[in-house]
Amino acid sequence: MNALMRKLPLMRTCKEVTALVIAREDRELPLAEQLALRMHMAICKACPTFERQVMTMRNAMKQWRNYGADDE
Amino acid sequence: MPPQIPTDFEQQLVEQRSYLMRFACLQLRNDAWAEDAVSETILAALAKPQAFGARSQLKTWLVGILKHKIIDSMRQRQREVTLDSGSDDDSADPLEHMAFKADGHFAEKPTDWGNPEQDLKSHQFMAIMDACTQKLPAVQGRLFLMREWLEMSSEEICKELGLTSTNLYVQLHRARLRLRECLELNWFAAR
Repeated sequence: MNALMRKLPLMRTCKEVTALVIAREDRELPLAEQLALRMHMAICKACPTFERQVMTMRNAMKQWRNYGADDE
Repeated sequence: MPPQIPTDFEQQLVEQRSYLMRFACLQLRNDAWAEDAVSETILAALAKPQAFGARSQLKTWLVGILKHKIIDSMRQRQREVTLDSGSDDDSADPLEHMAFKADGHFAEKPTDWGNPEQDLKSHQFMAIMDACTQKLPAVQGRLFLMREWLEMSSEEICKELGLTSTNLYVQLHRARLRLRECLELNWFAAR
């Protein structure tokens, strides 16, 4: 993280945001992290794409969980 | 008086066995444990046929029983279930394999997976999901499926297995990133 980042408490790098997007699947993020995440998403082009991948995975997991359960 | 068992009830239970085995093997990552859990499930179903009402499908009812048997099984083998096999592979953070620049920004934009609503229901995709989960290190695979398949909360999993939340989150983080990578390579990039 560079010096500018350290001065701004709500700034996160893509790498940090990636970890937060993954963590959110298993735990509730603290409010400050939620806010930092939103702010980053608003200015970043890459991270929203990653977030959509995670959403697709969530959807996929739902299909998978029910797969074969209702094919009688 | 023993309860009246429909003549084909036993037969119907046996027909569900392979589905239950797939479920138990993926979750427990140990064929012998899976055999036991499935046998116990079928025995429990045979012992209490009256518990199977018209309210649910046979498969749904059996999976409900199996989930409990799986949780029992993991609880009994707590330490074995959560012990890392110790391979180097398990301790790596997949985040380090992703393309980030030194300043923490993406070096390469993640690929757009599109909106594959229909594809996600396909038989082929389910086979990829099975394969990618099986490729996860055993501990990660078990914990991940407890979350996603048994639909347990992180708190419940920690309580059942005597894990710290930090430990659980590390394993789940790795499992999810590995799964993402596997799906990308074998499904989204392969089409």
